[in-house]
Amino acid sequence: MTIQARFKVAWPDFDLDIDLNIPARGITAIFGPSGCGKTTLLRKIAGLDYCEQGYLKIGDMLWQEGKYFVPTHQRALAYVFQEASLFSHLSIRGNLEYGIKRIPQSEHKVSIDKAIELLGIGHLLERKPEQLSGGERQRVAIARALAVSPKILLMDEPLSALDHSRKQEIMPYLESLHAELDIPVLYVSHSPDEVARLADHLVLLEHGKVRASGPITEMLTHLDLPLAHGDNAGALVQANISGHDEKYDLTYLDFSGGRITVAGNDLPIEHPVRLRIAARDVSLTLEQQTGTSILNIFPVVVAELTPEGTAQMMVRVQAGDVSLLSRVTRKSAAVLDLNPGKSLYAQVKSVALLS
Amino acid sequence: MLSDSDLTALIITLKLAAISTLILLLIGTPIAWWLARSRWRFKFIFEAIVALPLVLPPTVLGFYLLITLGPHGPIGGLINWLGGNSLAFTFTGLVIGSVFYSMPFVVQPLQNAFTTIGNRPLEVAATLRASPLDCFFTVVVPLARSGFLTAAVLGFAHTVGEFGVVLMIGGNIPGETQVLSIAIYDHVEALEYGQAHLLSGGLLILSFLMLTSIYAVNRRFKVV
Repeated sequence: MTIQARFKVAWPDFDLDIDLNIPARGITAIFGPSGCGKTTLLRKIAGLDYCEQGYLKIGDMLWQEGKYFVPTHQRALAYVFQEASLFSHLSIRGNLEYGIKRIPQSEHKVSIDKAIELLGIGHLLERKPEQLSGGERQRVAIARALAVSPKILLMDEPLSALDHSRKQEIMPYLESLHAELDIPVLYVSHSPDEVARLADHLVLLEHGKVRASGPITEMLTHLDLPLAHGDNAGALVQANISGHDEKYDLTYLDFSGGRITVAGNDLPIEHPVRLRIAARDVSLTLEQQTGTSILNIFPVVVAELTPEGTAQMMVRVQAGDVSLLSRVTRKSAAVLDLNPGKSLYAQVKSVALLS
Repeated sequence: MLSDSDLTALIITLKLAAISTLILLLIGTPIAWWLARSRWRFKFIFEAIVALPLVLPPTVLGFYLLITLGPHGPIGGLINWLGGNSLAFTFTGLVIGSVFYSMPFVVQPLQNAFTTIGNRPLEVAATLRASPLDCFFTVVVPLARSGFLTAAVLGFAHTVGEFGVVLMIGGNIPGETQVLSIAIYDHVEALEYGQAHLLSGGLLILSFLMLTSIYAVNRRFKVV
């Protein structure tokens, strides 16, 4: 199943010219700076804004082709806005039931109970929206969207109106959607952190155009894309829990490039996890170091490198079929004679477990 | 106590106000919705037309209605030609006059209420599969309920209080088109101050009660 979207609109100060063909599964982040057209694109996909020159097909559902335009209320989608936008005249239960009442029985795939359970809002049902915190309201909005059993879920920066701790409160629920429901999600965001934690696929927008699109792990490490640069650049690694060390309270994770050791957790063996390894935490050595406190050392091959500012280089290395980024000084790159194809060792100082 | 003719005038007044308010809500709601939602650049012309009765002397409005609805006017003439009676000096004529005269008092609170709701709830409803009409009755009407209350009370109260339009188009036919405000005028002319006091005081208290009720329910309410 794929999402095919083409939209072309010209405004006096902004042109949107989108041509997208992306897989309709998992979470696809639509990422880019403010004003790049992310929300505009999402609204056109939802049919909230009419676009004369447009084509939109999701799986086998044709929603727009030239003059043919399916109005929003006839599209099997759900939308989560930046602000929760709950109906203030209805209770939480009334909000949740609003959409589900309007879809035929045969389309009920996600029950209200399932949505309530996934978002942990069972204790709020009889309250009114104004009695809820911002985070709770947004959880209700997400549950309300899920309860219409959408074929696609559109989320427009659902966390951006919340403070840091509220974001942390909702993030696990979003991650669990991913694991529990088979609903493709388009997730608009300008936050690299959210994208790194949630997305499987990434569409990078710049000035109303698609700059690049691809699996998240590739997009974060492509040196010709802006995501692979700057202080927060880093790679994502998909790994599985492979064992626990009781004595030192450590957990081992296996990925195609080797074994990663992190501080102990209680996740079961084989459980998939997502790791983030920042470019500034990866150093390169020609020989495998011994007598070092660093536990995570992998053999890697240099894939490409570009200057990062005047003093540094960003290096993409392959560990198995996984790309890692390493930021080294230009001097070190010269001393180590870094060139594509060169084999050496990556030392990883720190690993962040995202889920 | 109230004389028979005063009682009749009271009943006619209340009937006129009730019927006019009902009609105003029915036609004022789509007009207000259109004024609140339309982005047509010339819609201000229609806003001005709706607001005209606020500034126009009621006698002007009444005069033109009389001309239009009278036996030689375009509408009255047409009705005559169809075999009906002219609407001038009839209760139906009064209702038509009142609907025009009280229109801004119903349309403007509704338009404000619809504007305040904004786009978002409509968009949310659409993403939750509600058709525009479904959304109007299940989201807009409940969210605009204080606007509807304000519109109904103001429309009713303003119709009860009208004088000039009624006098021009309805004449002063006891039992047919004589309403309270005109009955009061008649009493004063006949120096029957006791009767005038009774009716005036009653209207004063009624109007005050109606207005306090909407101010109490809707603190954000603004007159026009």
